[in-house]
Amino acid sequence: MQTVDLAKTPLRDLNQDLHRQSEGSNEKAWEVLNPMGFHAVAVGIDAPIDVNIRGNVGYYCAGMNKQATVTVHGSAGPGVAENMMSGKVRITGDASQYAGATGRGGLLVIEGNASSRCGVSMKGIDIVVKGNIGHMSAFMAQSGHLVVLGDAGDALGDSIYEAKLFVRGKVKSLGADCIEKEMRPEHHEALAKLLENAGVKGVKTSEFKRYGSARKLYNFNIDNADAY
Amino acid sequence: MCGIVGLFLKDKALEPQLGALTAEMLATMCDRGPDSAGFAIYGTPEKGKVKITISSPNPDADFKGLDAAVSKAIGSNVDFSLKSTHAVLTVPEDKADAAKATIRAEFPSVRIMATGASIEIYKEVGYPTEVAKRFDLAKMTGTHAIGHTRMATESAVTTMGSHPFSTGADQCLVHNGSLSNHNNLRRDLKHDGMTFETQNDSEVAAAYLTWRMNQGKNLGEALTNSLDDLDGFFTFVVGTKDGFGVIRDPIACKPAVMAETDQYVAFGSEYRALANLPGIEKARVWEPEPATVYFWER
Repeated sequence: MQTVDLAKTPLRDLNQDLHRQSEGSNEKAWEVLNPMGFHAVAVGIDAPIDVNIRGNVGYYCAGMNKQATVTVHGSAGPGVAENMMSGKVRITGDASQYAGATGRGGLLVIEGNASSRCGVSMKGIDIVVKGNIGHMSAFMAQSGHLVVLGDAGDALGDSIYEAKLFVRGKVKSLGADCIEKEMRPEHHEALAKLLENAGVKGVKTSEFKRYGSARKLYNFNIDNADAY
Repeated sequence: MCGIVGLFLKDKALEPQLGALTAEMLATMCDRGPDSAGFAIYGTPEKGKVKITISSPNPDADFKGLDAAVSKAIGSNVDFSLKSTHAVLTVPEDKADAAKATIRAEFPSVRIMATGASIEIYKEVGYPTEVAKRFDLAKMTGTHAIGHTRMATESAVTTMGSHPFSTGADQCLVHNGSLSNHNNLRRDLKHDGMTFETQNDSEVAAAYLTWRMNQGKNLGEALTNSLDDLDGFFTFVVGTKDGFGVIRDPIACKPAVMAETDQYVAFGSEYRALANLPGIEKARVWEPEPATVYFWER
């Protein structure tokens, strides 16, 4: 196992080492100590490796991740797993603003709460939050899934496209063009799989409600012309 | 972008380290605000005395004879302590207004930064670690401190445009964000007798809270009112003689992290600012909610 102590090693050296790893890498397990809230820890990895970060991180941790499994044993600042492509990112604590923003693939699991704008403009990523999420989450979310075991804040799914949102608790308010939708068998099935992948046990899919696009904002409506 | 740090001590044993801890926190926020920095430090009040923090770009010339002139005008002894471009005058409580009137009349190029029983404010253009060093922040002691690193957006990079702003006795405010209705609000507040030193939007926020507290409201109530009356982006950290408050606007774009232990309450724009605090591993660390008032009083 590779252990990197950020109290001694510059962050740039760690990230360069991680970038050197590729498909056939033998250095599969990495341990990062003393992240001290640094920005961009373990960003841009493109290899099937395991990275365990012991402590709280700052902005953009595990951004653009491909293939890797990154676990933060602590909380993450704004933009964790931003634009993730594939792989798995797990935060054992809370995540700040815009967790998983613009993510294209992979799975982001937040065991605590996520604050505002979680999954903003998500494009295929799956996000599972065990706690609550803040306001304006899944704003303009295009595809992928956002699963919330707790409550959602104001304006959930504002101007949403085709992402699927599942919320177990209360939703403070829905954003423009976001509506509650029927949970059909395929949704129960998809949700069960997401919960399983996220390691969530003892929760039934029937406890969730599904939200998605009413598809009324997709095209310009001539009746609204006077509003401009 | 700007950086904010704040530390409100609950444990007296940490008071001798307040300046050192604040300096360390401030240093982590240099890249959020490299153009200027400042801090307010609340020391132990001396019974019957008030401290007036003054500043001048030419302290040698401007402060010359100032203490003697003030002492003569108010008819009592004055303590004068020089720190780089700033100085602290300690005067009897009932003579504070007379002392300030003398400074304004006879020393027009000297600026008054703060007045109060415990507050001292130091702020200057320059890289935050350099600013902290020139005022010897690390050696200061006290009960609570608020610091700011500035990346200017709304007004010029000057000493007076730096934070914290103090618009009432023992009060101060630092701001990350920008206000959009500050001109109108400044006009209204001027109409009600508030005075302004700068064109800065954050000074308007400080004066607004002072104006509310002058109406008899406590810090928490004044902060709650600000949610209705201030328009724009803000994360504010506010200090009073024995209070410490935090508020974010309803959109809450401007970052904030807080930590609390039995020994202190701490604020940082980012977790980096809190990472070196004693006992942080066991602290409750959380992100303050949008449009929610947090305040602590001794």
